[in-house]
Amino acid sequence: MSEDNNTKGLLGWIDARFPLSKMYDEHLGKYYAPKNFNFWYFFGSLALLVLVLQIVTGIFLTMHYKPDGDMAFKSVEHIMRDVDWGWLIRYLHSTGASAFFIVVYLHMFRALIYGSYQKPRELIWLFGMFIFLALMAEAFMGYLLPWGQMSYWGAQVIISLFGAVPIVGDELTLWIRGDFVVSDATLNRFFALHVVAVPIVLLMLVVMHIIALHEVGSNNPDGIDIKKTKDANGVPLDGIPFHPYYSVKDLVGVVVFLILFSVVVFFMPEMGGYFLEYANFVPANQFKTPEHIAPVWYFTPFYAILRAVPDKLLGVIAMFSAIVVLFLLPWFDRGKVRSIRYRSTSFKWLLAMLIVSFVGLGYLGALPSTGIRTLFAQIFSVGYFGFFVGLWFISKNEITKPVPERVQ
Amino acid sequence: MRKILIIVAALIAPTMGWAAGGAATFPNDKIEIDWDDKAAMQRGARTYVNYCMSCHSAEFSRYNRVGADLGIADDLVRDNLIFTTDIHGEQTKVGELMKNTMNTAYAEEAFGVVPPDLSLIARSRGVNWLYNYLRGFYIDESRTGLGVNNGVFANVGMPHVLAELQGLQIPKYRSESDGHGGEHDVIVGFEIIKPGSMSKSEYDNTIHDLVAFLDYVAEPYKQTRRNVGTGVIIFLFGFLILAYMLKKEYWKDVH
Repeated sequence: MSEDNNTKGLLGWIDARFPLSKMYDEHLGKYYAPKNFNFWYFFGSLALLVLVLQIVTGIFLTMHYKPDGDMAFKSVEHIMRDVDWGWLIRYLHSTGASAFFIVVYLHMFRALIYGSYQKPRELIWLFGMFIFLALMAEAFMGYLLPWGQMSYWGAQVIISLFGAVPIVGDELTLWIRGDFVVSDATLNRFFALHVVAVPIVLLMLVVMHIIALHEVGSNNPDGIDIKKTKDANGVPLDGIPFHPYYSVKDLVGVVVFLILFSVVVFFMPEMGGYFLEYANFVPANQFKTPEHIAPVWYFTPFYAILRAVPDKLLGVIAMFSAIVVLFLLPWFDRGKVRSIRYRSTSFKWLLAMLIVSFVGLGYLGALPSTGIRTLFAQIFSVGYFGFFVGLWFISKNEITKPVPERVQ
Repeated sequence: MRKILIIVAALIAPTMGWAAGGAATFPNDKIEIDWDDKAAMQRGARTYVNYCMSCHSAEFSRYNRVGADLGIADDLVRDNLIFTTDIHGEQTKVGELMKNTMNTAYAEEAFGVVPPDLSLIARSRGVNWLYNYLRGFYIDESRTGLGVNNGVFANVGMPHVLAELQGLQIPKYRSESDGHGGEHDVIVGFEIIKPGSMSKSEYDNTIHDLVAFLDYVAEPYKQTRRNVGTGVIIFLFGFLILAYMLKKEYWKDVH
């Protein structure tokens, strides 16, 4: 992009002072994306859409919400009843939280099947994983704010996990809560982190994720490098400008997503107790522990791994390891072929094992544990970690199908 | 790949059958709430303010909000739904929250626990639970002071305040195996031994209406939400057609 932009008028005036046209070209007008994106490629732009939705609805909720142990629960009901369209803003935000995880999990799954984390996209994957981590922190702290029973006791259980850290554990939990139990102090700091600190980090990471992506270019369902075959002008033969081609295509995806999203928001905002837990319609009470404390569905796979290990400290280590191994995925995979279309059968079996294990863990994590369930959670945990270990072994000398030169 | 997907589905499927059966409670009936039946909700509101509200506030709700949503004029709300006064002895204003005058220290002494606010009870417990709970009181002399127990919520601290309507009933038991070699009695029916002012079906209808009101008051905008949602989704389907046509038009030249 070294050639001068010969823009005139107001745009020219701006371009002489700020790289507006240059940025537009780099990220939209002359960003060449592979022309063979399929269904799985909708979820990146959808994640961005949900992020904006969460920020906008969040701003409006902040105008009416009160981060105070005595008033938080009431203020949420005030939003639901007395604020004009408050019920809509709140349901958009609560449904958006779950939608964010659905979209992000599918986005990550796409990276997994088409090898989008492999060289040279390791940093995109790492930024993405940090986004996932920040998102989990954001969701966890946001869930405390309605100050219902499940908010309160969920936070109590998760914060107490830090108590398993040797020597400093108790001090650490005290420092996180700002009190001996989850209290007004905890609520206030979680509010600050949820509405200011974590969103700033999230936005920065998203920008870095996209800049890194546009630097190396998008992967595609064939997992081949479209920059290898270019025309005389240096435009990839299999690439098309993001705008207008993918902006209009993503618009279709956005509308389909919004239809499904609206079905939940308007007709089943509780989603059978998975998006809004029934026990959370009871105000937080520090003297009354609910019969069954379960985290919201998007944390349940990791929670099930925690419970599968009998020892508390080892359980916490296992749970955090489950996230750490995801970070290391680009280095577990030693294969040269990216897309599942050309990878070996053993890779497909490993992936199948991962899906079964992850879904199984998610299901078990939402239920009270019993002997047989704990056994299954242990099997699935082994299956989950087994994917990464297995991948390391099979990918070294993997028997793959020939990869085509051009996209199919 | 398809073969693998089928096997994956087959492996996940059995885990889905583990939904907990739950402890046996009685009664165990299901009800349907008609969100358009304002008359039922009005009757439920009347039962609520007359029988429940002296102990159970609905403090997230406002009297005139209920009036507006259920089609009750403000003066009718004042005459029929508001029984509390402010510190000057003036009747509570129609725009105020539906609180009661019960002192929490007194409540704790009398019932052991402060009777919960019921604004959201239909969302936390569900309408079926409420319908069964309110029909599940039976005579249990072992419970000092109360004289009743409940088939849905064992050893609940609440007296049977609707006994004058329902009457008093005794449970019929059946012995059942608990699956671990032991036996225990479960309630399988009730028999009214001291009739109240209502027949069984009249009482069931009264409870149905009360639960309909509680369901409404737990989420006053439920009906609005459904109506707005229908419009939004119809709009989005129209938008989808245009967006799809736009995409097709642009992509004509991509080969």
